Amino acid sequence: MDRRKFIKEAGLATAASVVGLDIVFSSTLPENYIPLVKEPGNPYKLFGIDPEMTVLNNKPWNIEAKAHLLDDKITPNKYMFVRNNGLIPQSIDVSNWELVIDGESVVKPRTYSLQELKTKFKQYSYQLTLECGGNGRSEFNPPAKGNQWTVGAVSCAKWTGVRLRDILEDVGVKEDAVYIGYHGADVHLSKDPNKEAISRGVPMYKALQNETLLAFKMNDKDIPLAHGYPLRLIAGGWPASASGKWLNRISIRNKIHDGAKMKAPSYSVPCHAVAPGEKVKESDMCIIESMPVKSLITYPKTGAMIEAGSKLEIRGHAWAGELEVAKMEYSIDFGATWKTCALDRPTNRLAWQHFRASVEFPQKGYYEVWARATDEKGVCQPMLVPGWNPKGYLNNACHRIAVKIK
Amino acid sequence: MHYEEFKKIVKRTYVVLSLFFGLLLIIAGGLVYEMLYPSFLITETDQDIVYEPIENLEVIGKNDIKNGIHEPTGFVDANGLEQVVINCTPCHSAKLVTQNRATREGWIGIIRWMQETQNLWDLGANEAVIVDYLATHYAPENKGRRELLNNIEWYDLKDK
Repeated sequence: MDRRKFIKEAGLATAASVVGLDIVFSSTLPENYIPLVKEPGNPYKLFGIDPEMTVLNNKPWNIEAKAHLLDDKITPNKYMFVRNNGLIPQSIDVSNWELVIDGESVVKPRTYSLQELKTKFKQYSYQLTLECGGNGRSEFNPPAKGNQWTVGAVSCAKWTGVRLRDILEDVGVKEDAVYIGYHGADVHLSKDPNKEAISRGVPMYKALQNETLLAFKMNDKDIPLAHGYPLRLIAGGWPASASGKWLNRISIRNKIHDGAKMKAPSYSVPCHAVAPGEKVKESDMCIIESMPVKSLITYPKTGAMIEAGSKLEIRGHAWAGELEVAKMEYSIDFGATWKTCALDRPTNRLAWQHFRASVEFPQKGYYEVWARATDEKGVCQPMLVPGWNPKGYLNNACHRIAVKIK
Repeated sequence: MHYEEFKKIVKRTYVVLSLFFGLLLIIAGGLVYEMLYPSFLITETDQDIVYEPIENLEVIGKNDIKNGIHEPTGFVDANGLEQVVINCTPCHSAKLVTQNRATREGWIGIIRWMQETQNLWDLGANEAVIVDYLATHYAPENKGRRELLNNIEWYDLKDK
């Protein structure tokens, strides 16, 4: 880092100890940890996101959309949720960026330059749904710790890159391979260089899917820094934490990857259903794989008032992790009756699907429009918050908007 | 008092005072040098660590509290605020705390998890103050199985 900056900041830290900054309180505080009392920058300028996006956390940066902001069929950067476990890398040297492939189960470990990845392998583009495993966490009762996502930690952008499968074939995978684990250039919150902020992964069957990419483009442009520039693993339909950002290493493992945030309770739910608030042993927790069926009404924005007798055109998206959404319905009477929405097939596997309907209301008054998707196996979204789990993952309860007929 | 004896005392006092001021000068010099070149007193310096700039040495400023809220962080102004700001915000935003709700047991669990996996230090005597503060001001409310839609901003929908 910049030496002058280092001296100035460390100097101030030292000055703080010289002038006796509340020694009583800081006696147990390690050296060089400084309380954060100032905003760490304007996220709307930093990441080019829309001012309507909600900042849940600014260190690390965690920002979500609102339902009506996600109306585009392909999510633009300005409406894309930002999820970080650590600190975004401060400088990226693209010309020297390398991807290392190693691990117990690699035949020939090797390193690729970014240029090699782009030229040596065929490129593919897919629209891929990425949803944070904790999207909807704010509804769990008793509350679950972590960023209190409401509905907006989901996106479906167009990702372009090379297939992870092609790279794995190039290096060779031993028969005992079980999992791939990713490593990225982000920094642990404590700034401990020996700790990784997050290092998760996917089992081999997911790693070998056509749509599992090492992406260098999002929506036909370089991936924005907040989303993993210059290289990101994309595993659509799974908790977005499986899609490692600022990717610089992939380890082919002969066991379930044991990187940071692979261990329960992170991105894990009880293997067997538990009562709300129940204590769950780590050994009774299972790693989340495919995300569940879910949908979002993206038009109109909740709170719409319309004249009696006029129809309300609603639309939105539905997705079901590894599966396709088979049916989309809406209800204006709290689930007493359901009507079918028109539903598009996905552009490609793991892309969200678009639905629309023309809604009529029998008389004036307060209504809620509830949306419910059903996946190809016949499993639909619950109207209530589903099975409580210690970290508040997988809330796929029906989305609803409020409407008034005047 | 004898003149010789008095002279001796003056001399001795002079030596002691000189030593004292000399020592002060050395300490002051050392501190100034330390401020300019911090590695001087720090035995282990990790140049890769990025330090957060701090411009205001006061943790809780006189004008920071408005309507019972510590404005720079959003924390409730109550006993324990200073300990919470000092120990919680070096690594993560105050928003990560204020958006969460937990019981006393829950907050202790979160602290233990941070100590086991996130390099949080031993909070010592401050732990009780911090846990009291969090359990009092950031306690859970019973939300049931599904909350009502709230904070709806009504608007006339014209375009269809």
